Amino acid sequence: MSQGDRGGATTAEPVALDLYQQIVLEHSRRPQNFRRLDTPDRRAEGHNRLCGDKVTLYLRLAGGLLAEVTFEAAGCAICLASASLLTETAAGLSVGTAERLAAGVIGHFDDPAAHALPPALAALDGVRAYPSRIRCATLPWQTLRQALAGPADAIATTEPAE
Amino acid sequence: MNASPRAIPGPLDVGRLRQDFPILDQQVNGAPLAYLDNAASTQRPLAVLDAMDHYYRHDHANVHRGVHTLSHRATDRYEHARELVRGFLNAASIREVIFTRGTTEAINLVAYTLGQRLKAGDEIVVSELEHHSNIVPWQMLCERTGAVLRVGPITDRGEIDVEAMLALITPATRLVGVAHVSNALGTVNPVAEIIAAARRHGALTLVDGAQAAAHVPVDVRALGCDFYALSGHKLHGPTGIGVLYGRESVLETLPPFQGGGDMIATVSFRGTTYNELPYRFEAGTPAIAEAIGLGAAIEYLGRVGLPAIAAHEEALVDHALARLRDLPGIRFLGNPRQRVGLVSFNIDGIHPHDVGTVLDQRGVAVRAGHHCAMPVMERFGVPGSVRASFALYNTRDEVDRLVEALQLAVRMFAP
Ligand SMILES: Cc1ncc(COP(=O)(O)O)c(C=O)c1O
Repeated sequence: MSQGDRGGATTAEPVALDLYQQIVLEHSRRPQNFRRLDTPDRRAEGHNRLCGDKVTLYLRLAGGLLAEVTFEAAGCAICLASASLLTETAAGLSVGTAERLAAGVIGHFDDPAAHALPPALAALDGVRAYPSRIRCATLPWQTLRQALAGPADAIATTEPAE
Repeated sequence: MNASPRAIPGPLDVGRLRQDFPILDQQVNGAPLAYLDNAASTQRPLAVLDAMDHYYRHDHANVHRGVHTLSHRATDRYEHARELVRGFLNAASIREVIFTRGTTEAINLVAYTLGQRLKAGDEIVVSELEHHSNIVPWQMLCERTGAVLRVGPITDRGEIDVEAMLALITPATRLVGVAHVSNALGTVNPVAEIIAAARRHGALTLVDGAQAAAHVPVDVRALGCDFYALSGHKLHGPTGIGVLYGRESVLETLPPFQGGGDMIATVSFRGTTYNELPYRFEAGTPAIAEAIGLGAAIEYLGRVGLPAIAAHEEALVDHALARLRDLPGIRFLGNPRQRVGLVSFNIDGIHPHDVGTVLDQRGVAVRAGHHCAMPVMERFGVPGSVRASFALYNTRDEVDRLVEALQLAVRMFAP
């Protein structure tokens, strides 16, 4: 365990850095806001049937704003990091702004020119080079859209590639 | 005719064999490709590519139809491939060798045609370690007929609990389906014993040989099974071609599968009569080039020698197990005593897909996921696993690179 503990930053280990940036690794190891809310105003579950990833998002709303955003998940590092980053960026936004943010993040992976990622989420951009992993990054955001659209309890599923 | 001039189980000259597989000679993400995803699909030797190319350049026409020279040639080559398959499986007659799209279609053919005579209360028995393609067709059949699907459990070792499975086989059992080799765990199952028990109760038997055919010698007559299914692409042949072996006396009793050309003797609006075996089950223009490619793959395996291939793969998996054992946080799925060159595992705290991506960045191709065997994943309480599976062209060096890439993943994701 002596070498490589800078996440592969040495030239000997230039591995998957664009995908597993330091921020992504840190969020996946120590996800923020990883807890359930017992009485959320909105709750949505997202499943990636292809790999079994599962995300549950909890929202507390106050005055049209997302007062509290938390999640629980079982999934890969990309999914966990994306969900953790989501809870940080979406908290405090209005419902309308959060919806536009989620649509923009999902849109970014289809057409990056049309949908820029906000700087706080820039670390997710590396996922674009790994088509099979894009779903892992977008699952939390799809789940957020589901939660925002209501009803209070919703299920989102990302299907295998059409 | 049967091409195995030197089936002496000596060590393989892997360096030379690798030259037969042009796809292996490439860089992936800046590293030499180490292709360890052979259970998903193997690669093709030049002999197969050339056979298909030659056929398309010189001999192609539709089979069993024309009076012209090319049609005769195409038919001869297609039927020669069938004879090669017959020899490969030691079937009694080419009437027992049906070409299909693959294992999946072969099993569906049996489920569909057999289904026409099943009734509520009949039972079908499969094991818990089956691939989805040896589960779902039977579930669909049960839905149609009211028959019941029974599942023989597996043990913590990842072996079929034979006693428990045999206890499920009763006079109500119409068919027992079992994988020769598990694609998720690598287990070689005691199929002969299960088949014998099924036959004592008058049940038909189907062996899913998708994972076996390139790794263990298959003799359908010694096994005593009624059906044996395999896929060309898993034994270094083309995609889109597979085989259903069916015991002639059983096939004779089954209704046709799909209707159309080739499967008929005469057609009139007053009624249609069906062709003889095996053509009755091959409606429409078949995958001619692919069948010829499959024949070439079987000849290639014969030349290299299955016993030598099996010994080589066993040495690789022993080396892999010995080295992987020391990896921090590794947990193997199962620990079967009889296994092929396949190892399935998880690393604590790292999702299999993340492992797969890191390995890919090092040029090491493995499968990460549920391997179309979700009940096995459920049995071991994991969403998926990492699976490395070896073929005749893999080397110890590639196994070492697998281990090194895994060590890197551990360092990257260590909490
Ligand atoms: C044990 C087993 N059975 C059946 C299949 C299905 O084979 P195919 O997809 O070629 O029809 C596979 C392929 O993954 C397999 O491993």
